Amino acid sequence: MTAAEGTLPLTAEPALTGGEQRRSAGGRPARPAAADAGAPAPPGGAGDAGRSAPARSAVIERPARHWHTRTFRWPAVRAFLLSTVAYPALGIAVLLALWWLGGWAIASNEDVSAFAGFAPAPAFAALGELVASGDVWGTIYPSLYRIGMGLLWAFVIGVPVGVAIGLSSALREVTHVPFQFLRMISPLAWMPIAVLAFATWDGAIVFLITVAAVWPVLFSTAQGVRRIDPLWFKVARNLGADGWQMLRRVIMPAIGQDIFAGLRLAVGVAWIVLVPAEYLGVTSGLGYAINDARDTLEYDTLAAIVVVIGIIGFLLDGLCVSLIKRFSWRQAD
Amino acid sequence: MAASVSVDFITHTFKGQSAPTLKDVELSIRPGEQVALIGRSGCGKSTLLHMLAGLMLPTEGCVHIRGHMVTKPSAKWNMMFQKPSLYPWMSVRQNAELGLLFAGRRDPARIDALLDLVGLADKADANVQSLSGGQQQRVALARSLATSPELLLLDEPFSALDAFTRAALQDEVSRIARQEKLTLVIVTHDIDEAVAMADRVLIMAANPGRIVGEMAIDLPTPRERASAEYSRAREQLMTTFDGLVGDGRSTAAPSADTQDAEPQRAAA
Repeated sequence: MTAAEGTLPLTAEPALTGGEQRRSAGGRPARPAAADAGAPAPPGGAGDAGRSAPARSAVIERPARHWHTRTFRWPAVRAFLLSTVAYPALGIAVLLALWWLGGWAIASNEDVSAFAGFAPAPAFAALGELVASGDVWGTIYPSLYRIGMGLLWAFVIGVPVGVAIGLSSALREVTHVPFQFLRMISPLAWMPIAVLAFATWDGAIVFLITVAAVWPVLFSTAQGVRRIDPLWFKVARNLGADGWQMLRRVIMPAIGQDIFAGLRLAVGVAWIVLVPAEYLGVTSGLGYAINDARDTLEYDTLAAIVVVIGIIGFLLDGLCVSLIKRFSWRQAD
Repeated sequence: MAASVSVDFITHTFKGQSAPTLKDVELSIRPGEQVALIGRSGCGKSTLLHMLAGLMLPTEGCVHIRGHMVTKPSAKWNMMFQKPSLYPWMSVRQNAELGLLFAGRRDPARIDALLDLVGLADKADANVQSLSGGQQQRVALARSLATSPELLLLDEPFSALDAFTRAALQDEVSRIARQEKLTLVIVTHDIDEAVAMADRVLIMAANPGRIVGEMAIDLPTPRERASAEYSRAREQLMTTFDGLVGDGRSTAAPSADTQDAEPQRAAA
């Protein structure tokens, strides 16, 4: 990583010189040859003179290249604007257009025109009402609480177990079959058991989210531990680290980014599990709101809730990305 | 304070292997001595160094450092590796003071002095990933020195560096070791490095790994690489090495009769 950084400018320059040499050898001396040789080099230079002069001049000319000043010019600004404004806006526009087309198709078909509330315009109107009346916060808060508790438990269970199976190959082999078996069971399949086992609906939902979210955190943590440079352990032992210091100063900082990469995946699945889990007996949350809107035929509100789910998911993902960046020690390229 | 080292007939066999990697290795090092272990890949020189560091334990025999039997790693005998192996989430300073942190001590003045000693005083807060290979190895050196070791073990620490940086660091480490009164053991496959740094060179051969001979390098320090004496010592070490281990043209292991022979001795 560092070696590449050190040598990059060095390798770039000779490559450029080489290019000029090749070009001049092909019979077209680089322009600055004249200045260096003291006399204009004839086009298609005669023999050795034509060949060596451009090569030498290329070396001398190099300091005159102002490529460092070019980095702050329009192309860079344009690339920045494209990637932060134009492209995302285009993506959103395409999505909205498809949604609008779908709404238009529904509205113009008599058989399903009762569902016209799904179109963007009614959905955003309903969303505006939800926000204005403040109802949306009462819907979001219980869901966020359940997601948060589920992810917390996934973190509390997944990280230590992940570190343990990352460090011990025996433990990894022992747990392989049970973990893969459990992982493949849809979290929703636990629903009846969760309902029996937990006194509250909230408890059952948090359990379901935990069951879904624990695997990505656990496996990503274990993977991160296995990727730690063995020499880092050796050096730390040599410097007198005990087990706790090894964990705190070497292992945890080394795998921070892996843990949060796992958490990012976990947020995705937790969010997927949340809505059907809230179809259970609870009377709050986004899943309940969707069910409720369906039962009362308020399709515009239903679409608005879907938009809210999407936005919160997007924000949570962004939060995870910034956490990954915060705990990443790999230097930006 | 420099430590003496004595290795008493150690034999080591890796798990699942029948042939020992090291067999009946015996050696003793005086306090403050700078010793090089040279030999081809697979002669067990690096394994021997790991045992001096306590990072591996011999199957038979034992290692004593200043009279204490080595049973585990300690910050008192410190090892540097071919890769600087710095922790990229720590600054130069944090890397350098890690050994002190593990020991529950803080000594910013000492870290400042050490970073100054290795020429990185102005880089104390830099990200280690932004340093060159040579600078990274200097940070690793400062880190090894921070815990005031008595013995510094070097496992081909300069072999990944370019020739100029390597020569500069060889002289520097050698000078610092004398200044800080450290015993130095360096494992290398580079004859030049051995002549540049060591007071004494131990020559190792493989199958099984053992010390087959030694040569004293009786030249003033810092070593004058351009001098005639240096070239002579280098040539003599090469001849001795070829005579004991073979010149590499034949792949066969040394014949059985040399295995039982007393280690041969030579002096420059």
